[in-house]
Amino acid sequence: MATIDVKSEIGGVVWKIETTVGTALVEDDTILILESMKMEIPIIAPRAGTLSEILVSENETVQEGQIVARMTA
Amino acid sequence: MFANILIANRGAVASRIMRSCRKLGIGASVVYSPADATLPYVGEADNAIPIGESPAQRSYLDQDLIIAAARKAKADAIHPGYGFLSENPGFARKVEAAGMTFIGPSATMIEDMGEKTRARAIMREHGMPMAPSSELLSGAEEAGRAAARLGYPVLVKPANGGGGIGMIAARNADELKPAIEKAAALALRAFGDAKVYLERLVERPRHIEFQIAADKHGHACHLFERDCSIQRRHQKVIEETPAPALPRPDIEAVAEKVAAIVAGLGYSTVGTVEMLYEPQNGFAFLEMNTRLQVEHAITEAVTGTDLVEAQIRLAAGERLSDVIAAPLAVAGHAIEARVYAEDPIRFLPSPGTLAAFDLPSGDGIRVETGYAQGCTVTPFYDPLLAKVIAHGANRTAALERLSDALRRTTISGVRHNIPFLLRVLDNARFRDGDLDTGLTGEILSTPLKAAS
Repeated sequence: MATIDVKSEIGGVVWKIETTVGTALVEDDTILILESMKMEIPIIAPRAGTLSEILVSENETVQEGQIVARMTA
Repeated sequence: MFANILIANRGAVASRIMRSCRKLGIGASVVYSPADATLPYVGEADNAIPIGESPAQRSYLDQDLIIAAARKAKADAIHPGYGFLSENPGFARKVEAAGMTFIGPSATMIEDMGEKTRARAIMREHGMPMAPSSELLSGAEEAGRAAARLGYPVLVKPANGGGGIGMIAARNADELKPAIEKAAALALRAFGDAKVYLERLVERPRHIEFQIAADKHGHACHLFERDCSIQRRHQKVIEETPAPALPRPDIEAVAEKVAAIVAGLGYSTVGTVEMLYEPQNGFAFLEMNTRLQVEHAITEAVTGTDLVEAQIRLAAGERLSDVIAAPLAVAGHAIEARVYAEDPIRFLPSPGTLAAFDLPSGDGIRVETGYAQGCTVTPFYDPLLAKVIAHGANRTAALERLSDALRRTTISGVRHNIPFLLRVLDNARFRDGDLDTGLTGEILSTPLKAAS
C-alpha cells in the first residue's frame, strides 16, 4: 500500500472539510475546501484511494505546499 | 462639515479616503484586523483602532465592532469605502441610529438598488433603457411565442434571483423548454421562487458604466463613462475612459439621460450605473452600485475631480454646483490595470510576503496600493495588490504609459497577473479599441507562443 500526500497548491484558510477518514475516494473527489482571497479552492484527491489522515482543521491557516491530508492506495 | 471620519475599510481604499479627509481638514480614523496590523494605512491614520479577528466576518464585516470603534474615535461620520459594508442597508441604518452620518445613500436606496428585480422595475419605470424581456412565464406555448418575439438566443432568468444563479441560455426553440425547466428548478432551490422570465441574450456585450454624482437637494450630474469590458469571470481587470470607438454625442446623450433618471430617484451621493452595450440593441441597464467604485481614479484623471472629496462634501449636505465644477470636460484618456496576487495562467490566489514590491512612478502614472515591500498579503481579503492608472493625451499615449509602467514593476514573494495584463495590452483587438466582455477569454484561449 502506497501513501499519497495531498498537498495544498495555495496558501489559505480551511473553510470546510468535506469528507472523513476511512472514506474511499475516486480521483478528483473533494477532500476539503480552502478559502483564499475571497475564492473557494477545493483540494481534491490526486487519485483513487482511501483517506487515511486529515492533518488540518476548519479555520486553520495552511501554507502553499503544505500536506493537508494523506491517502492510501 | 465633519470633524472626524471613521473609515470602515482597509488597505488601499482606506489610504485613498484618508487623502481626501486630509485635504478637507477632517480627522481620519481607521480600523484594522490582526492580519493588517503592519500595513501602511494603519500608520498613516490619525487614529487606528484594532478590531476583532482576521477573517472579515469577525472584523470588517462586524457591524457592532465598527460602530463601537467609531464611537471610540469620536467620529461623526463613517465612510464604508467599497466592498465590505458599503452596500449593506442594515449597516447604514445602524450608523444613522448611532447618531453618525453614513457616507453613502439612504438605507432604502441601498435596498432598492441592491435587489436586482426591484432595481430593474424601478429603473424601467423611470425610463431607463433595458434589455428586451418577456413578462413572467406561465406556460410553454406562451414562452415559445415570447422567445420568438425577442429573437434567439434568449436567457431564462429567475424573477427573484441574483448573482447569475439559475440563468440558462436557450439558442433555439428546442432548447427553450429544458432551459426553462432547469432554470425554474434552480430558482426554486436557490431563492424559494420558481418564477422565471426571458431576456434577449447579448453574447459579447461591452460593459459601460456611468459615474453619477448627486446632492441632497435634488440635483445630479454625470462624470462621463468608463469602459470595463476587460473582465475575467465577471471580475474587472482593465478599465478606461472615454469608452473607445463610440460616437461622443451618442454616449453623452445616454449619460445625460441616466443622470436625469438618478436625480428623479432622489439619489444623493456618488454612484455608478452599470450598463451593457451592443451595437444592435444599444444600452441596457445592468445594475446600480451605490458606492465609490474601485475604478473611480480613471474618472478623476480625465475630469480633474476628486470623487472621494465630492462624496464627503455631498454627504455633509453641500450643493452639487459647489462640489463639482460645471461644465465638465474630458481631458485626454485614462486607463487602469488591476494588479492581483494570483498566478497569471491558472488564476489561483497567491498570498505571501512581498520580498520586492517596486511600483512605477512617472508622468501620468498614479498608483494606489495598500502594501509596501516586506508586507504580507494574507488569504483573508481580496487579491488586489495595486491599481496602476495611466493618463495620456490620447488612448495610444495612455496605453503606452500603462504598459511601460507595468513592465517597470517588480513584485516578488507572490505570483501576480502582470504577464496577463500585458497580454491584454498587447492584443491587436484591444489596441484597436474593439472591446467586449469575451475578449479576455479569447486572449486566454490563444496559446502563449502564438500570442507573443
